[in-house]
Amino acid sequence: MTDDELIWRIAGGSGDGIASTSQNFAKALMRSGLHVFTHRHYPSRIRGGHTYTEIRASADEVESRGDGYNFLLTLGDSFARNPSENAYYGDEEQKPLYENLDELREGGVMVIDSGLVDTEVVEDFDERVEENDWHVYEFDLRSLAREHGREVMRNTAGVGVTCALAGIERSWIKELMEEAMPEKILEPNLEILDEAYEMAMDVEHTHDVQVPEGEHDEEQVLLSGSDAIAYGAIDEGCRFIAGYPMTPWTEVFTIMSQNLPELGGISEQVEDEIAAAALALGASHAGVKAMSGSSGGGFALMSEPLGLAEMTETPVVFVEAMRAGPSTGMPTKPEQGDLEHVLYTSQGDSNRVVFAPSTVSEAYTQTRKAFELAYEYQIPAIVIYDQKLGGELVNVPASHFDEEPNADLGSTLTEAEIADAPHDASGKFNRFRYDGEKGVSPRSVPGQKGGRFLATGNEHMPAGHISEDPENRVFQMDRRMERVENIRADLDGMGTSHQTPHGVSDAEYGILTWGSNQGTVFEAVDRLNDDGYAVKALSVSDMMPYPTEEVQAFIESVDEVLVVEMNASAQFRGLTQKELGRYGEKLSSLLKYNGNPFEPAEIVEGFVTSIVENDTLPGTETKFVPAAGD
Amino acid sequence: MSAFSAIGEETDKDQNEFTPGLEPQPTWCPGCGDFGVLKALKGAAAELGLSPDEMLLCTGIGCSGKLNSYFESYGFHTIHGRSLPIARAAKLANPGLTVVAAGGDGDGYGIGGNHFMHSARENHDMTYIVFNNEIFGLTKGQTSPTSPKGHKSKTQPHGSAKEPLRPLSLSLTSGASYIARTAAVNPNQAKEIIVEAIEHDGFSHIDFLTQCPTWNKDARQYVPYIDIQDSDDYDFDNTDRREASEMMAETEDALHEGTVLTGRYYVDSERPSYGQEKRTIGEMPEEPLAERYFDDDYEWERSYDMFLDKHR
Repeated sequence: MTDDELIWRIAGGSGDGIASTSQNFAKALMRSGLHVFTHRHYPSRIRGGHTYTEIRASADEVESRGDGYNFLLTLGDSFARNPSENAYYGDEEQKPLYENLDELREGGVMVIDSGLVDTEVVEDFDERVEENDWHVYEFDLRSLAREHGREVMRNTAGVGVTCALAGIERSWIKELMEEAMPEKILEPNLEILDEAYEMAMDVEHTHDVQVPEGEHDEEQVLLSGSDAIAYGAIDEGCRFIAGYPMTPWTEVFTIMSQNLPELGGISEQVEDEIAAAALALGASHAGVKAMSGSSGGGFALMSEPLGLAEMTETPVVFVEAMRAGPSTGMPTKPEQGDLEHVLYTSQGDSNRVVFAPSTVSEAYTQTRKAFELAYEYQIPAIVIYDQKLGGELVNVPASHFDEEPNADLGSTLTEAEIADAPHDASGKFNRFRYDGEKGVSPRSVPGQKGGRFLATGNEHMPAGHISEDPENRVFQMDRRMERVENIRADLDGMGTSHQTPHGVSDAEYGILTWGSNQGTVFEAVDRLNDDGYAVKALSVSDMMPYPTEEVQAFIESVDEVLVVEMNASAQFRGLTQKELGRYGEKLSSLLKYNGNPFEPAEIVEGFVTSIVENDTLPGTETKFVPAAGD
Repeated sequence: MSAFSAIGEETDKDQNEFTPGLEPQPTWCPGCGDFGVLKALKGAAAELGLSPDEMLLCTGIGCSGKLNSYFESYGFHTIHGRSLPIARAAKLANPGLTVVAAGGDGDGYGIGGNHFMHSARENHDMTYIVFNNEIFGLTKGQTSPTSPKGHKSKTQPHGSAKEPLRPLSLSLTSGASYIARTAAVNPNQAKEIIVEAIEHDGFSHIDFLTQCPTWNKDARQYVPYIDIQDSDDYDFDNTDRREASEMMAETEDALHEGTVLTGRYYVDSERPSYGQEKRTIGEMPEEPLAERYFDDDYEWERSYDMFLDKHR
């Protein structure tokens, strides 16, 4: 990692085009040869309300949002409902300015749309500018946009100014605008871009923040975690999805719904999440690769069909996009609070697969693996991720997705195979008979001759008839659970692991984390090692079945371990202790659950203060929970 | 060999085809109306010349939910109230299947009420049989959504303060395109109606009155039935929504006063099924989706070829 980076933050009101502008801008930076990482912050509102997107661009790989930022483009909130300081939510119109100043780095650049934003609302503005050596450029972007087109085009004006001030080649932006915009709005936007650029070139530049130059070895694509999950499902032959909109899962649902009809697939938006999960089961039962998903509250409703999938051994993939809870919590804010919910929800003993991808590229590969295991082992597989991973756009080499499709239905028989398979005396196919292969009983699907059986959520005999016979119960229960153990053995035997290590090998300290924190933790580990500490990290993606051996080896190789996660009750640390059966004295936690993801500096500070210096954390943003033995 | 060769296969029209060769024998109480549904369904399936391997019978929970244990076909005994979403997805995934869902009045009109409303609204091509005995049977006699006002049970000891739900009217309002009421004690009509319902291309709802001799001894289902299609007194056009609605209202008003009318209340043969609508607008493949997974020659598309231009 290097200091030579542009972290551009565009702030405005929800509905002001912040997301689309930043998406284009990120793509332009990627096309220019840089590595990019975006971080989205938005309120649970349609129009109005402070929102920002941050794009970190560097010649080196970037895996996190970084600490703070060095270029602010503040447009003001044109949809603000409360342009008054005394309003309940504060002065919304000006929020995009005053809410963002704390994280603007020393020497940073500030572009202010003076048509809407007034620096006088910020207390001691001039003093703070001077103190932090900020470089402030004020332009009436609003009027410029009005002059050539419409007021909402002031984001284009902001981009034009950014190009001038940060030394970005305009052609990258223009090319993207030409690709994306219809003729009618393209013309005024190009005019605005150019005029804003000239305007900013005409003023004296006092700052030294510039976009770095970079080059990619191979072609890159810009994707979010939600994109990657959807594409992973498509490549694995998933052609049926059912869902009910809920943030942030809606992104995956939308991408699938927009693409499946073209692929000859089916997407169903249904009455509730219970129905959504049940539809996925119905389609899978009938011989189609199917998925459903939701976020916390919706997934709670899905827990009943989830249990049915386990009992009937119906393969299915569910996606769970975490947001801050409990209940409806904070709909647009990231948290990792649903881990235990996803691991243990539904009645009875869990037999399921749970993967928690850490990066956009893992979101693709692990979704594919989830489908493969679900259909091979006839078990529900859940991909759990948070709002951060779902929404962050990063560049990934295009070749990562240059993979063969796999529409294999796993352990599903053909009619010829069914004819040779053992049947019950009633004429039914012995669907749930153990054939000695990893606990998996090959299945038939309705319409196949000679394959009929009864799928039931009650305990059942090999052909599916309901039974409370104690011997059969234990046999069936053991067989279902055995599959989970065999999946672990399969994963371990693959040669590649879903767990990602990072840092120095002879480390004194360890950091254990999971999910979307990975990049941030790794960046913190690099800095700690640069600062002279010997630290390594392990980012765990397999939640169930748990990678016991790998995690145990990691914990034992260091003196002390800090577990970093975004929730208030240290759920992953709890899981680790439960699965390994010990280490209560060795694992302490660094937690964050205020609705914003970790920044690398917070992890560095948390680690040094709590673990090395054994002191109390000063801030309220993160929280240290000591090991049980302390 | 086709992947689903059972579909479209003619059987020898013997209802024994649909009787499991061995155990289990029904666990329903002697005199239970559920036997009537089972018999009518077997008769209907045989009359239609269906093969047990091309039928999928999805049931909910309760005494009625055990129907597919005693009926020989592919079966999915699901969970409380959820037979419909599972059944309709199976039909979308493989339109070649004959899909029937069944459940009780608590299962279908209570806990699964939302699914009932929306399945009817979407007009999925399937048949839904609701065993309506106006009581929760398997949980031992609690008041159900169709129990009459004033009905006393262990959970409503003062007598229910609620008006019973009106299944036929609800079904019509929700959008079902075939609506009938029949009864276990009227086996010939019941069989005819199930045959029609399965043949109907759209959502067919049968409110099937069944008696519960154990928990609902007072129910009116023991009185003689009047078949509305057989009586000149009830002459109406069951393809006319307004007339159907009036007849339903009359029937539902009279049900607890000793008059039980059964027959076809509403038949709309014009409206395309949901699957057809989806095919028309290009949201569903012409060929059964499930077939494709067994076709070794099918070329599966991948995201790299389709979407990456958008992300470059």
